[in-house]
Amino acid sequence: METFRFDLCELPEETKGLREEVRAFLRDNLKGIPLVTRAQTWSGSDARFSAAMGAQGWIGMTWPKQYGGGERSFFERYVVLEEMLAAGAPVGAHWIADRQSGPLLLRFGNEEQRQFFLPKIATGTCFFCIGMSEPDSGSDLAATRTRADKVEGGYLVNGTKLWTSGAHHAHYMIGLFRTHYDPAKKHDGLTQFLVDLKTPGITIRPIRDLSGNAHFNEVIFEDVFVPENRLVGAEGTGWDQVRAELAFERSGPERYLSSFLLLVELIREVQKTGGTRAEEEIGRLVAHLVTLRQMSLSVAGMLNAGENPALEASVVKDLGALYEQELPVRAHELTGIEPTIGTGSDFQQVLGYLTQVTPSFSLRGGTREILRGIIARGLGLR
Amino acid sequence: MNELQTILHGTIHRLFGDFVDKNLIQKAEEGVWPEKLWAALEEAGMTRVLVPEEQGGAGGGWADAMILIKAAGEHKVPLPLAETILASAILAEAGIAVPEGVLTVLTGDLALDGKTVSGTAERTPWGRNADHGVAVLEQDGGRVAVLVLLKGSVIDEDVNLAREPRDEVTLQNADALVGGAVDPDRIGLLGALVRSGQMAGALSFLIRQSVEYANERTQFGKPIGKFQAIQQQLAILSTQAAAANLAASHAAAKADAGDALFEIAIAKVRADEAVSLATSIAHQVHGAIGFTYEHELHFATRRLWSWRAEFGSGSQWAGVLGRAVIARGPDALWPYVTAR
Ligand SMILES: Cc1cc2nc3c(=O)[nH]c(=O)nc-3n(C[C@H](O)[C@H](O)[C@H](O)COP(=O)(O)OP(=O)(O)OC[C@H]3O[C@@H](n4cnc5c(N)ncnc54)[C@H](O)[C@@H]3O)c2cc1C
Repeated sequence: METFRFDLCELPEETKGLREEVRAFLRDNLKGIPLVTRAQTWSGSDARFSAAMGAQGWIGMTWPKQYGGGERSFFERYVVLEEMLAAGAPVGAHWIADRQSGPLLLRFGNEEQRQFFLPKIATGTCFFCIGMSEPDSGSDLAATRTRADKVEGGYLVNGTKLWTSGAHHAHYMIGLFRTHYDPAKKHDGLTQFLVDLKTPGITIRPIRDLSGNAHFNEVIFEDVFVPENRLVGAEGTGWDQVRAELAFERSGPERYLSSFLLLVELIREVQKTGGTRAEEEIGRLVAHLVTLRQMSLSVAGMLNAGENPALEASVVKDLGALYEQELPVRAHELTGIEPTIGTGSDFQQVLGYLTQVTPSFSLRGGTREILRGIIARGLGLR
Repeated sequence: MNELQTILHGTIHRLFGDFVDKNLIQKAEEGVWPEKLWAALEEAGMTRVLVPEEQGGAGGGWADAMILIKAAGEHKVPLPLAETILASAILAEAGIAVPEGVLTVLTGDLALDGKTVSGTAERTPWGRNADHGVAVLEQDGGRVAVLVLLKGSVIDEDVNLAREPRDEVTLQNADALVGGAVDPDRIGLLGALVRSGQMAGALSFLIRQSVEYANERTQFGKPIGKFQAIQQQLAILSTQAAAANLAASHAAAKADAGDALFEIAIAKVRADEAVSLATSIAHQVHGAIGFTYEHELHFATRRLWSWRAEFGSGSQWAGVLGRAVIARGPDALWPYVTAR
């Protein structure tokens, strides 16, 4: 018995040319970006870079051409994503829209919404953020309180979203709001809306994280009017949509390639000193990396076949976070070199950055404990 | 899975399901050779999956063999199916016709002299049961594969933790067939591949058995599987098993395509790490009953504890991997991984 389905999946031969194209593009477009900035990968936001990727046709790659997509395979998309992450490209601005919001609209949006949003996303000029978490609703997403009350021609939204990554750069939020409250059925009555973040009544307050950077925000809604045609699907279908979305959110190569540059710099560092212990640790880390890549590719294969690998995606995310959180620990143990901010070698700065951010890898997108609960359900324990 | 693989999968799990139970494994630990099961495996062609079709084999590859090897691990089969397949692969590569019967591999202090072999092979898997052994020995400065008749060899019996035979085999002018050139480390490398597969299979057993037990065993008025602490541990066990399984399949596929040192090393490293976590979780979930000889859990865990050290431990293979990665240099890692 193999508990989950992880079929072996090799990238098709046709992706080779595309990989070379991406590498050539990266050689031109990453010139001059410091390594520690590149280490942010999909947390780094660069509108110019996103537009350049859009111009290459590398956003919305798998979407239908009628919506500005490229009708390319999930494998081709995978190759573009993994090359971007491995090189440390600042892909954060459009990442959510490409990964999550676009696919959500393709699945649940209406025709007008698709035509309005998808082509803009694909050009790399329209950015989204995810408005799920709130002060009292983290893992327990169904505790969402932010209200959307029906008014003439639309809804009035009141409440607060929290930890919203990139809201300060984004044009739109896909927000999960409560349109109906029945204390016995918390999962019902939730609805997703496409919110234009320029709408009056919205206040976006960046929140500094422990590293001093402000990537996530508090987004306050005070009598914010959202027109009827910006409701996704039907009232009360938000919960199911969010669950479908999480499969996209958890399945990608960012779940094990967010710290790849640290591994590269660590190898550069231990190359100077050598030693059996370093060799064994590097070997172990590479074994994890390659196995995670195979698992992640397997998930891409299932997406390509139109299947729903939500469970397998949770497995990859859990193992990926463990590996990425282990990286700075091993780097510390092997080198003993102090991590730094702003000064010191590339290695020190990348280590400094990742030491500080890796705790978030088992929080965002579903905590470790929540993922393992999902896996346990898949095993038939719940 | 292709057609051959579907057939292999169906046949092997049916055979093991029919034959292998606690009693059979226990008897084997006491030294009783499971003759009927071996005969059934031979009759179904399971031992000759890698033997070329001209020689009456299935003409399959490692991806096919991996299905059988994982199944043998999953069912805790007390027979040298993996060793026989491993030996046959080396014979096929060296152009030696694969004989019928039980095969094993010989490593140690052995020397080839014309058409005979003398010396002592250490910890030979199933040495006492094997008809032939395969060794890679020096000849004229190079290395060749050699098929050795084990009849007449002196066996000093020993076992691993799972009481699988690991015998010292002493040969004196034993008759040998000399084949073509092979890499000197071939047995070690392919040995690591088959052990990774067996380990992956046994890990699949651990998760299935542990989930079953957690759903059955009741404490505090409910199945222990309803406790979150148990669920979280079993989730870890399952993800480790999944990683080891995919790594083994990946290595097998690469072994068919050519040089697979990188992927085989990865498979052994990954399986080793999974074993250490998984065996401790499986035992924890089973409580005292899993610590008894009576319960069948240990037939898997003792195998895993031995296999993780055989044909190179995880640390040894990690060293091999790491040395190569460091030698190629930091900037070559990503191009190398994506070009494999
Ligand atoms: C860097 C970063 C970026 C983020 N970006 C976004 C974003 O863009 N949009 C968005 O909506 N959200 C975002 N989040 C929020 C993220 O989704 C939440 O942090 C996450 O869902 C957990 O919620 P919480 O922080 O309130 O923790 P809590 O839910 O309060 O959890 C705290 C601890 O309790 C554990 N716990 C909670 N419930 C259970 C349970 N039932 N069983 C066992 N353990 C439990 C958790 O696993 C965790 O260890 C981001 C978070 C971070 C750190």
